[in-house]
Order: sequence, then structure tokens, then C-alpha cells
Amino acid sequence: MKVKLDVGRYNPEADENNHFREEFELEVEDHFTVLDALMQIRDYEDPSLAMRCSCRASICGSCAMKVNGTSGLACNTKIIDVIRKDGSVKVDPAGNLPVVKDLVVDMQPFWNKMREIKPYIQVKGPEPEAEYIAPQQSMLDLVGAVGCIMCGACYSDCTVLEVDNNFLGPAALAKASRFIDDPRDEMDAERFAQLNQYTGVWDCTRCMACVEVCPKGVFPMDRIMSIRDKIMNAGMKNTNGARHAEGFASIIKNYGTLDETQLVIKTFGVFNPIVALSNIKSLFGLLPVAFRAFRKKKLPPIFHHKIVGVAFIKKIFKKLEA
Amino acid sequence: MAVYQHDVIVVGAGLAGMRATLAAQEAGADVAMITKVHPVRSHSNAAQGGINAALESRGDSWDDHAYNTVKGSDYLGDQDAIEIMCQEAGSAVLELEHMGVIFNRDEDGRLGTRHFGGQEVARTFFVADITGQALLHALYEQVMKYNPRVYEEWFVTSLVVEDGKCCGVVALELMTGKLHLMKAKSIILATGGTGRCFEPSTNGLVVTADGQGLAYEIGIPLMDMEMVQYHPTTLKGNGVLMTEGARGEGAYLLNSEGERFMKTYAPNMMELASRDVVSRSEQTEINEGRGIDGCVLLDLRHLGRELIETKLAYINEVALDFANINLAEEPCPIRPGNHYEMGGIKTDVHGLTSMPGLYAAGECANVSVHGGNRLGANSLLDTVVFGKRAGIHAAGYSKQIEQINVPDSIISKDEERIKSFFDKKSNTDTPATIRLAMGQAMNEGLAVFRDEAGMQAAYKTILELKDRYKRLGVHDTGKIFNTNLLFAFELGFMLDTAETICVGALARKESRGAHYRTDMPDRDDENWMKHILVTNTGKDLPVVSFLPVNVTRWEPQVRSY
Repeated sequence: MKVKLDVGRYNPEADENNHFREEFELEVEDHFTVLDALMQIRDYEDPSLAMRCSCRASICGSCAMKVNGTSGLACNTKIIDVIRKDGSVKVDPAGNLPVVKDLVVDMQPFWNKMREIKPYIQVKGPEPEAEYIAPQQSMLDLVGAVGCIMCGACYSDCTVLEVDNNFLGPAALAKASRFIDDPRDEMDAERFAQLNQYTGVWDCTRCMACVEVCPKGVFPMDRIMSIRDKIMNAGMKNTNGARHAEGFASIIKNYGTLDETQLVIKTFGVFNPIVALSNIKSLFGLLPVAFRAFRKKKLPPIFHHKIVGVAFIKKIFKKLEA
Repeated sequence: MAVYQHDVIVVGAGLAGMRATLAAQEAGADVAMITKVHPVRSHSNAAQGGINAALESRGDSWDDHAYNTVKGSDYLGDQDAIEIMCQEAGSAVLELEHMGVIFNRDEDGRLGTRHFGGQEVARTFFVADITGQALLHALYEQVMKYNPRVYEEWFVTSLVVEDGKCCGVVALELMTGKLHLMKAKSIILATGGTGRCFEPSTNGLVVTADGQGLAYEIGIPLMDMEMVQYHPTTLKGNGVLMTEGARGEGAYLLNSEGERFMKTYAPNMMELASRDVVSRSEQTEINEGRGIDGCVLLDLRHLGRELIETKLAYINEVALDFANINLAEEPCPIRPGNHYEMGGIKTDVHGLTSMPGLYAAGECANVSVHGGNRLGANSLLDTVVFGKRAGIHAAGYSKQIEQINVPDSIISKDEERIKSFFDKKSNTDTPATIRLAMGQAMNEGLAVFRDEAGMQAAYKTILELKDRYKRLGVHDTGKIFNTNLLFAFELGFMLDTAETICVGALARKESRGAHYRTDMPDRDDENWMKHILVTNTGKDLPVVSFLPVNVTRWEPQVRSY
């Protein structure tokens, strides 16, 4: 089968036109992956094509890049599947990270954030002489998070990082969950305090991109949500995030649909002067949004009505809370 | 030119390299790790099945583990070294557990085990079928915690020798293309195996015999290089590894007639005989017409979906991704494939080579604990036990060295080499074409079954390719992330190493372990229970010499499973 690969390239040493696209036409077999094709180009057509790769079996995490705009591992993405789905193959370097050359990006920001969450087991007492005794299931439950190969596909497609690169990102937070959920680690309180702040778990917008692109089924977003739960269960509720979550639930419980105006009030703690003061900037930030909504006649009603049958909703809540 | 200096420099950041680095740091040395890929990209990742240890507190005995290892090695392993490894195994595994490795537990919450080949006792500790990855990431967590200096994506082009001592390396920084002199009181090579000398191989593209090549270049002997392990279960097509853990959990090997053919070759241990035995049995079935398209079948169906999805999830994913096979529903075509190099840089039990200041650990080293055939799950053990020992010894040695006398001008040799690669860019040969020819020749002549004519033919090809290599040019003359240049260097290391494999294999006039000659099918303990050393003396052809095997307790016996 003959295919064309449209490769987004970057040559930092060229004087001009250092960002360019190049199309390579090559003969591929059915089992060829995007990595096989790129290696064919690099090994036999253009030795200057730069990329990282090693294991060819989705375990080393070197070859995360974008294929037709979505991040994943080149080594487990079959060309034939891509063609069947999209009709063409466009390859680009991973996003949200500076490009070094062609498909090679600088992973340093990714690793710096990994270091920030103190990614190692911490215990308070002395180590036991033998192994730590831990329930069988507790270790099996960690295999999913430990399966993360740090390829950065989630980081590359994270929509939060696109607008705020201070966010710790899905991989680092999933790593943090791995220690929080480890019965041997004794730093939950410290970890919660850190992740409860700006750049932490509340900055995730739950867009699911990380879950969709993760080649190893780590489900980073689900792990971020589970940290949120644990933080709130630990009684740490003085954040906009926690107020948003609780407010959301209570509005649904009482009205059956979402009242955006009330949600803003609850999230920013408008009736609590200390909280409101701390949110003054965010509140003013909402004014243009409110104004635009008003102009387009999309401002939510000031007085929200309960839906018919809200009693049933309350019953569901009751059941869930029990 | 910047000049760097450390007490200990560790080359490579896989399990052996990181363990050595952490040990040297704990012993008080200023240690730095140089690695051509980010540590978690290292090939230790790909180890799936587990790590062996006889926990005495469990009623297991390290003696038995040692005996199994000696027998597995076909009596070529040095028994003093094997005893050390098996004795230290328990504490090594507990150390890893304390570092946070999520080893599988039994119902009481203690470490659980699985069966592995060549051993009757289940003493393999594991994390699903991603044990290597779990260990590698746990060690990297410790590196992030203790923060030794790591030179990431720096590639060592040569070792520096002054007054008969190894005292530094020259390294190419990939991000800038700059060449650096790095002085050190001791150097630990932990660069991994030789997989890419063969095509196909289970090994990653970065496994290019760098350490072996670096050591060979300065006249350090490589030992028992002919002992190349072909893993019994590599996936049809791209040759990816399918863990021995599958058979450890009870999977069958079937021929085209649906028979568990291992009953003919190893009636007691069946599918869990030593790897060399199983690979030869499979190849015999295939050669005698009872294979399917050059493969036999690995059958997991009777293990049930739940076990497959929890304990063997990764190979389930691999089979689905790369062969479109659902392991719970159909048997999977597999064949023997190049996997591991038992031989390597000759070291003592502290990882010290024949040169003061130069150490080696992990797959690039030969202590020798694997002899003619490595038992599954002994390689992870080897990396952490001897990585740690090398780190401690190198740190101690470094304390005795006052200063390092290396002229900065020593770097010019490598600068010249790079320039000469660029000068020859009109030559149309590429590293890829030469490597492919080498890999195919090696796989043709030095696989599961060997004979004089086949090995000679492979060696002849290697010598021709070495000649072509002299004219090889690098076409990309850029500075930033120039992998063309990197591959040219790697190829040089691989060709030298491939030569030592051929020379060792041609020298060994018997069959032992992974070295099976159809023209000399018997083991000959009288004449050949000895190590074969291949050394570069600066002449055209390497020199072969011999060393006796260290026997402590176990005299050679007939080896049957």
C-alpha cells in the first residue's frame, strides 16, 4: 500500500523557514505503524528527521506525538487504521511543550512538574525488617496508575495546559494519586495540601482529553477526581473547587436543574465576606461574561424554578448519600 | 569546551545504572549518571515476568536458587558469583519493596510469587507483567528523591585511559551537538545488552552494545560472548516479547498438531524448562514441519480471561495491538527470538574489570552469573545486586584517588572522528543498511542452532561490514539532536561486539547452554568447561584466551528438565 505522510518539521539551525511541512510517499505493509513508517523515512530517505523511539512495544514511552492532531504513541498506531479513519496521515510533535527539532520536544517542563509532587514513597516510622504488609487488592489497584509510562500524550493534549502552563498536568497528578492510594505512603495530608492549591486538582476542567489519548489506560482524569473526593472527605473544603462541587450538588438536589447564578454565588462564596474578598478579582472577571450573556439574551433567570418531580431527585440523592 | 568532573560516573540509567548511582551516592561519592535516553526510556522497562529471590524467612533456600542457576547456566556460571547473587537476592527484593515497588501480594498481604522457568520452586516476585517497568520507575523515583546529577541524552563516545587507569569519558550532548570531557575517578558501565546486533530482536532500538564496544576498544576482555539467549516466546511479526510469566501461570506450547510438544524434550518441567531448552525444542518442531508459518503456538485460553487481564494484561495488549489476537480466545503464534546476551565485559564480583577505575554492571557485564543460559527473572536480580555492589566499590575506590590527570586535549580524537564522519558524507552507505545486514547475518549464523559453516559465513559478513563501516559517512551535519551521527557511533560498537560474538562462538568447540552446534552436539566438560575471553589488542583480529570456571559446590551433571 502506498501512503503519504505529512510531517510537521522544525529545523532550529536553519536561517529561515525553519518550521515547514514535508510530505513523504512510501510503500507500507498492512502491519506498519506510524513509527515504522517514520523510521523508514529516517533510515532510508532523510537521516536528518529527528524523533525519539526505542522499544517499539508501547512500554518505553519515547514516541508520543500527534497523529492527525491527536496525541498517542507512534509505535502502537497502525497506519492502516489511521487511513481508514481519517483518510490521510499527518504527524506533528507533541503539544504544550517546546519543540527541539522535528518530532522531538523538550520534556523538561513535564519532568519538573513530576518532581513537584514529590513522586516517591514517604513513610514516617522506621521501615519494617521484611516487606510492608499490604492487602493484595490494594497493590492490584495501583497497577493501573503504575502502568503510566510517562510518554506525555496526556500532557500534550491537555486543554488546561493550553491556557495555563502552570497546571501540574494529568500525568503528575495521576502519579500523585498512586502514592495517595498506596497504603504504605503516609503523606496524604501534605499531598492534599499541595494538590488543593492553584495548579493542582481543581484546575482540571474534566474535558476527558487525557483519558482519551492515554495509550496505557491510566485514566488520569478519573484519578484527579478521586483526589478531589479524598481532599473534600478530609474536610478541606475552603476552595472554589470544593464549593463549586458542593454547590452544584445542592442546587441539583433542591431544584433538579442547574442554576448558574446560584452556582457562581456558592462557588465564589459571595455571602462570606472573607471568601468573597479573596475572589474579588475572579468575580469582576465574570462581569464581561455576564454582559455578553445579557446581550445575547442568555443570562440565566434570577429566580430559578424547581422542576416538576424534584422530590424524585431528592430521593436519588438520599439513596446515594446512604 | 566545558570540562566536568565527578568521583563516579555511571554510564547508562537502566536498573543497573540507577542502582549503582544510588549506591555510590549513599556511600558518599559525588556521582553523576550519563545516559543517552531519559532514564525511564531505558530497556529495563521491557522486562516483564519478575525477579527471583529465595526468601529464607519463607522457608525457601538460596542454595536451591543457586543450584538452579548453576544448572541453568549449563555449568558455565562462576559459582562464587552465583552464590553471592542468590544470597543477596532476598534483601535486594525487600529493598525494592521499601522503595515503593507494588509487588504482587499473597492473601496475607505478604509478597506473592509465581513460577518461572528452570526452577521447581515459585520464587519469582512480580508486578503483573510489567515488573521491569515497575522497578525502573521506582528507581527513577529514588533518583528524583536523592537528586544525583543526571546528564540526560548525552552519549559516551569513548573512555579515557591514563596510566593504565580509566579516568573519564568523552560524551556527545545530543541537544547541542557539543562534545564534553568528563573526568572521573571511576566509571561504571551499565549500558545494557547487544540486541540490535541481531535482527529481529526483542530489544529496543537503543540496545546497541555501547558499553561492550567502549570497553573492547580499550582492550578490556569480553567474556562468553557466544552465549546469546533466544527467548522462546517472541511474537510473530515484529518479534515483541511475550513474557515467560505466561508459561509460569500455566500456558501451554502447542505444535501444529495441537500437541504439548515439550513432553518430548523436557517431560518433567515441560514448558518451564530452561529457555535454551525450550527455544531449541520449538525450533526443532518448526524445522521438522510441525510449526505454523515458522512459529509454534502459545496457548493461554485455559487460564481464563480474568487471570489474563490482571496478571498478563500487557502481553494481552501487545497481542491485540500487534497480532490482532485475543489471548483469552485464541492461541498466539510465537517463535524463538534474540533476547539477551549472557556474555559481556568481564568483571569480578564487585563489578571491577581488568582495568583500575573501570566497572561494569547489568547486561553489559559478565560477572558471570548466567554462564551459558540465563534463567528467566535472574536478569533483574543481576542488575540490582551487582549494580549496587559496583556502586559501593567504585565509591570506595574513588576515595583513594587524589586527583585525575587527564589532558583536556584528549577530546580531539573524538572531534576528529566526528569530522571524519561528516567528511565522508558523499558515501551512500547508511548506518541502517549496514546494521540490517549485520543483524540478519547474525540471526542467520548465530541463532538457536549453529554450525561451523554458518558461523563462518556470519563472521565473514561482519568483517565485510566492518570494512564498509570505515567508509561510512554521516549525511546530516546539523548539531541539534543529530541521530544520524549517534547511529554511526552506535554501529561501530555493535560491529565490534558482533565480531566478538562470532569469534567466541567459533572458538567454542562443543555445545553448551545457548551455544548449540549441530556439528558438535555434546557438552565437553573435559576440554570446554571454561570461559572464552575475546580481547582487542590493537591488531586486525581479536585475541582469544581462556579462564577456568569457578566451581564451589556443584560439579557438572547431565542437564535434563
